[in-house]
Amino acid sequence: MAVPSPEQPRILVGLVAMVRRDLLLAWKRPGDVLNPLFFFAMVCTLFPLAVGPSAEQLTVSGPGVLWVAALLSTLLSLNSLFMSDHEDGSLDQLLVSPQPLPVLALSKTLAHWLTSGLPLVLISPLLAMTYRMSTDIVGVLMLTLLLGTVCLSLLGSIGAALTVGLHRGTALLSLLILPLAMPVLLLGANTVSLAAGGEPYATGIWALAGYAVAALSLAPYATAAALRISNE
Amino acid sequence: MWKFFHQLASPPHFYRLAATLMPWLAVPALLLIAYGTYAGLFLASPDYQQGDAFRIIYVHVPSAYLSMMAYMFMAISGAIGLIWRLKLAHAVGAAAAPLGAAFTFLALVTGSIWGRPMWGTWWEWGDPRLTSELILLFLYFGYMALRSSIDDTAKADKACAVLALVGVVNVVVVHYSVEWWSSLHQGQTLMKKGGPGMDADMLYPLLAMILGFTFLFGALLARRIRTEVLYRERRTRWVREMILSPEGGR
Repeated sequence: MAVPSPEQPRILVGLVAMVRRDLLLAWKRPGDVLNPLFFFAMVCTLFPLAVGPSAEQLTVSGPGVLWVAALLSTLLSLNSLFMSDHEDGSLDQLLVSPQPLPVLALSKTLAHWLTSGLPLVLISPLLAMTYRMSTDIVGVLMLTLLLGTVCLSLLGSIGAALTVGLHRGTALLSLLILPLAMPVLLLGANTVSLAAGGEPYATGIWALAGYAVAALSLAPYATAAALRISNE
Repeated sequence: MWKFFHQLASPPHFYRLAATLMPWLAVPALLLIAYGTYAGLFLASPDYQQGDAFRIIYVHVPSAYLSMMAYMFMAISGAIGLIWRLKLAHAVGAAAAPLGAAFTFLALVTGSIWGRPMWGTWWEWGDPRLTSELILLFLYFGYMALRSSIDDTAKADKACAVLALVGVVNVVVVHYSVEWWSSLHQGQTLMKKGGPGMDADMLYPLLAMILGFTFLFGALLARRIRTEVLYRERRTRWVREMILSPEGGR
């Protein structure tokens, strides 16, 4: 292997710079971060209003409702992942930069997760309490959401890259991502349900973790390929 | 040998090849499906548990098998198109998608009709195969929606190929996660795995139907590829010459 010369890009520097830039952008436009969170909270509020406030029903449906709401709210924030970069031309700069594109795609996805997935995990206990979840179940819920939102951000970045610059982007993105995201939802929500029922639930956690690792190693390449295709 | 592959990449040659293949696929399809239908509906003895209701497997099983095979076919042609930059491979993928979706839909409908007398309900969420098949249908919808929203054909081809490849990886995950999920929610499986062996008079019509449906898929695909190639090459000279020739492209 060749010794990296000064001209060659330093990957970690690029990754950190990219994440910093996106976090700064999110800081300047807090609405983009907060709106999906409000949406998450509101969807979680809709269900008790629709199906009634009985405690048994809420305990049974709680994990599923929280997970569906998390999935939908992630989907909502994914649409803007590459949109502003595409509009102001910085995406073209990323494509011609010497940094490897998969790394840049990964750093954009990481920034997306830090501003959408992580806050969602952090406010989930609050909503879980309203669904009468006990403390240890809330722990399991947070763990599955932590792993699951990583998977969703990575999967979603592929879809966002494929649909960047298209009209009708939002509906199309949901159509592309939802079938891909179903296994994540299924694993996440059912793991929490199992834990709530006092049954062994480790399988689900490991499966989610495996999914996250696989997505972490494969999805950036797919996203990079999709970005190149959408911008040629 | 190499000449064959080079010719395969030329649209006019491919267009004619698909036309030549058509009867060789359509005739066996017709014969096999005719035999399978007759033998399946009249010759095969009724099942000792399910009575005559089991006969829907002669449509259901081949459709379900083709729904998955068409997806693999679509993804493989997408991969070929991406790796070797073969535009025709993308045309094959584009032609296969609606067929795959149609077979998936057929598998779902027949599964649901079969479920009515068997489970007493049109739809059983607890059955992993029905659920996986539904997700597969959504994957097809996503593929077709993506293709129709990108105006530039070359771009749509590549984007759809990436989506199909991501989908293939996901189909495996869908399969295992849905199996796990349905094992949580029901004590016993609805249909025994493997189960008792099938009698020959039940089995042979089924095999004929599976083979016949595969030929039918091939024949329909050849037909669709022809229109797809014609549409994509509509501005080229060979298409114009062919249309204006005395045979009119037949």
